[in-house]
Amino acid sequence: MAFNYENYLRLEKMPTLWCWGCGDGVILKAFVRAIDSLGINKDDVCVVSGIGCSGRFSSYVDFNTVHTTHGRTIAFATGIKLANPTKHVICVAGDGDALAIGGNHTIHGCRRNIDITFIIINNFIYGLTNSQTSPTTPQGMWTVSQQAGNIDPTFNVANLAIAAGASFVARETVNDPKKLEKTMVKALEHKGFALLEVLSNCHINLGRKNKMNSAVENLSWIDSITVSKKKYDTLAPEEQLNLLPTGILKQDTEAAEYCDMYAEVVKVHQGKRKTITQDDFKKKI
Amino acid sequence: MATREVISSGNELSALAARDAGCKFFGGYPITPSSEIMHEMSDLMPEVGGACIQMEDEIAGVAAAIGAGMSGVRTMTATSGPGISLKAENLGLAQMTEVPLVVVNVMRGGPSTGLPTRVSQGDVAQAKNPSHGDYKSITVCAGSLAECYTETVRAFNLADRFMQPVFVLLDETLGHMHGKAVLPTEEEVAAGIVPRKVFEGPAEEYFPYQCEHDQPAVLNPMFKGYRYHFTGLHHDRRGFPTEEIETCRKLIQRLEDKVELHKDEIESNEEFFLDDAEIMIVAYGSVSLAAKEAIRHLRADGIKAGLFRPITLWPSPQDRMRELAARIPKVLCVELNIGQYRDEVQRATGRLDINGLFKVNGRPISPYEIVNKVKEL
Repeated sequence: MAFNYENYLRLEKMPTLWCWGCGDGVILKAFVRAIDSLGINKDDVCVVSGIGCSGRFSSYVDFNTVHTTHGRTIAFATGIKLANPTKHVICVAGDGDALAIGGNHTIHGCRRNIDITFIIINNFIYGLTNSQTSPTTPQGMWTVSQQAGNIDPTFNVANLAIAAGASFVARETVNDPKKLEKTMVKALEHKGFALLEVLSNCHINLGRKNKMNSAVENLSWIDSITVSKKKYDTLAPEEQLNLLPTGILKQDTEAAEYCDMYAEVVKVHQGKRKTITQDDFKKKI
Repeated sequence: MATREVISSGNELSALAARDAGCKFFGGYPITPSSEIMHEMSDLMPEVGGACIQMEDEIAGVAAAIGAGMSGVRTMTATSGPGISLKAENLGLAQMTEVPLVVVNVMRGGPSTGLPTRVSQGDVAQAKNPSHGDYKSITVCAGSLAECYTETVRAFNLADRFMQPVFVLLDETLGHMHGKAVLPTEEEVAAGIVPRKVFEGPAEEYFPYQCEHDQPAVLNPMFKGYRYHFTGLHHDRRGFPTEEIETCRKLIQRLEDKVELHKDEIESNEEFFLDDAEIMIVAYGSVSLAAKEAIRHLRADGIKAGLFRPITLWPSPQDRMRELAARIPKVLCVELNIGQYRDEVQRATGRLDINGLFKVNGRPISPYEIVNKVKEL
């Protein structure tokens, strides 16, 4: 039976704001298919986005949706989730949104391990505002704000998230929509902060002056810088340089989730348990 | 009115009021001199099955509070001037998306880091327009310990009536003042709660932003089958981005008019010995306590002074101020800033001869300073 996209997409908002061949559409498709495969009720889902091309993601999906200020998705989502711990809260942000202006909220969301799924669409550039350097723009690439070539070092998003304490961290690309969908299901299923970085193309604003003037060229470049985690782990350190592993990079199902812990705080204040001690964190409460 | 007596501080009373008004969420960040509100809320919110979270910064504190408000619960944040500066953008989002929220600002000396532990009223102008763009601020200012409680309660009801952030201004003196306060009982407060309106018809007929030209949005709680969209962009009746000319104009005009055309539901002030007054002192917040003491001394000396205390700073009780200023020869604004509200008094009364007694060194104004100033006039 053909998949019923109409059930999840706000078709009256189509066509999207995104350019021809943009990877965001691939991610949108994987996302609604993943939600469907998990059988989650649409009314129980809240999608929060920020500013940028990815910011429009929330307006195209038929859930409870919030388009917030630049970089603040995780902060808004934290309030929504903590006030409604049984609901599914998903954030979608771009590399500029999540890592530059919103970098602080991203690392603290990871640290708290609150049960939010965070999809970071990394296209290595500020697309909506026409090609400014983002925290993931490779050094040496042309940007409109660094026309001699970008000199700023980059974040490795997944490593950042792992270091900050996210209990699920994965990386996929839009080149493999099936694998993307599969990992997205895992991210949505995970109880805790699940960060999924999706490498995507922006042949319009990244590619145009970096010799990737078409979606195919841009996607080929993404292909050339990625390798499956399984293969990555077999490579020598010098071979790993400039390569990004894809797949599930971290999954810790034992880490205490924030809303669960807060439920214990409520018990303390309601006289149902004495206090919370360091020992409580050696195991899941 | 059934009452109870408590001994507490302004900050603690503000938190207590939030709980009694049905607040279920607090998002905040430590800042002097408002932190005690968060400390209290960290105790009170879990007690009533709500939540209190200390976020990673001021921006996140208000964002989490707004997020909870979007989902349908009564919500609050508290801070001081530097925190308001940081929260400003998200306060604009709450104005634009019409999400009710109570924001307590315990004012300290500014600008910048200023005088963190000392009193000021330097954020009065900021409260009128903290964020860019057009909207109408609702700002109440407590003038006593009891009002730290009652005005916070009122702020929650105003926020749900007008569907927007409402500022409660305290100042360091009131926030940290300990004493007896006579409060309405919890039952009385609970009986006075007017929750936000909700739409109960079929989802396909629900248009959250389709309302009369002077009425706020009707935002149903999330997760109840009414799936709509929040955005800080100009939006249509379902909340989706639009640049349609008439829709954009109507939206922003409505944000103005929903408050401007219903000021009578918001404005409040206190008048103290004004009936026969020949000099009207205008003061608010903790300064009004010194002003009342000064007036007692002045009256004992045969000087007919009285106090006009705006409780709602924005929108200002301008009509009443104008009436009084038309018959009272002398007007003196006493403020812990350099005349931020005198500008409003001048505007409201149409008089440029408004005197000022201003102090910006972080110290309170004493009754004697006011007495001496009045005698000079």
